[in-house]
Amino acid sequence: MASTIHIDVVSAEESIYSGEAEFVVLPGEAGELGIYPRHVPLITRIKPGSVRILPAGGGAEELIFVAGGILEVQPKVITVLADTAIRGHDLDEAKANEALRKAKEAMEKAQDKQEIATLQAEFSSMAAQLAAIAKLRKKK
Amino acid sequence: MPGTKEIRVKIRSVQNTRKITKAMEMVAASKMRRAQERMRHARPYGEKIRNVAAHISHANPEYRHPFLVSRDTVKRVGLIVITTDKGLCGALNTNLLRMALNQYKAWQAEGEEIDVCAIGNKGFGFLQRLGANIVSHAIQIGDRPQMEKLIGTIKVMLDGYTRDRFDRLLIGYTRFINTMKQEPVIEQLLPLSGELLGAPEGPWDYLYEPEAKTVLDQVLTRYIEALVFQAVAENMASEQSARMVAMKAASDNAGTLIDELTLVYNKNRQAGITKELSEIVGGAAAV
Repeated sequence: MASTIHIDVVSAEESIYSGEAEFVVLPGEAGELGIYPRHVPLITRIKPGSVRILPAGGGAEELIFVAGGILEVQPKVITVLADTAIRGHDLDEAKANEALRKAKEAMEKAQDKQEIATLQAEFSSMAAQLAAIAKLRKKK
Repeated sequence: MPGTKEIRVKIRSVQNTRKITKAMEMVAASKMRRAQERMRHARPYGEKIRNVAAHISHANPEYRHPFLVSRDTVKRVGLIVITTDKGLCGALNTNLLRMALNQYKAWQAEGEEIDVCAIGNKGFGFLQRLGANIVSHAIQIGDRPQMEKLIGTIKVMLDGYTRDRFDRLLIGYTRFINTMKQEPVIEQLLPLSGELLGAPEGPWDYLYEPEAKTVLDQVLTRYIEALVFQAVAENMASEQSARMVAMKAASDNAGTLIDELTLVYNKNRQAGITKELSEIVGGAAAV
């Protein structure tokens, strides 16, 4: 009986693939990795690329594109924790900066709005005072 | 007869409202099913990544990642508030924001400073009015939570933690219990408690490529991201079910209102006929 290994490809958004495989090829950070059943426990980051899965009992090869992530190998289970978007330190940094910038912008805008609101409130209260004074004068 | 026409107009307008609420109810019901499915799909990733993180941190006790070290003094806290983008979903956002506000005031009373991160339009507007220090936000998430839109927002908060800007990071969202029940919760994200990670599975260790430290860094970052993502997904499922329930109540109320108005209308009409009849009879008697 040919031995097989269970492979799960999951991302934060969904489970992408789950099944038994005879042989799996993955784009490891240090180079392509070919994994057969009963591999030693291994953990590594993977680069964006395709995961090639040879399903158990023959059948067509499965090709899955992953945008990087983490690979965990245990003798009987392979888990690919795939990222849903292409990630990189600089890319993440850029995204964070973008988020910061947006937050600042929104803050300033809110302050503008708040200022307008306070001015409007002051204005309306002054108008009311004027109206009250005018009324008083008329009475006299 | 005065009023009859007004009542008819009113009935028609309520009928139109009922059509809209009914449609929204059905839309929410179908979206809810998808949102729940998505919420369940997001779970295995979080669990897997937690197991891996637990294993690595137990296998390498000498390396303490900043996420795992709890700090003695808490001077500043970070809070991520997840709300919906749209309204018309009952008291969902109100309940969460009230809870967040109470927490916020409690921290202020203790002299702690607060940085907030708003995910969702409703919370963003609320926190802005509150005058909170919003360091990052993500709005217009849509019906399908996407990691892409959250990465930057979450990274700002994680960086804030690693750079000692704040000493605790919490997350507030509405937990989905079932279709009828959703519960606002505020949970601690960072520092990660040791128990959360659980015990290791065995004495064996991994081969690391490139090395344990870098891998653990990435795993933990992904883990927090997955937790936030899960919270967003859960919040979305809560939103749709709350909206469905709220719209169902609105449709029912509209129905009751229409029944009442119809009754008044018929009474009014009958009164008119009776009056006219008696006038005719009176007129005939006079002649």
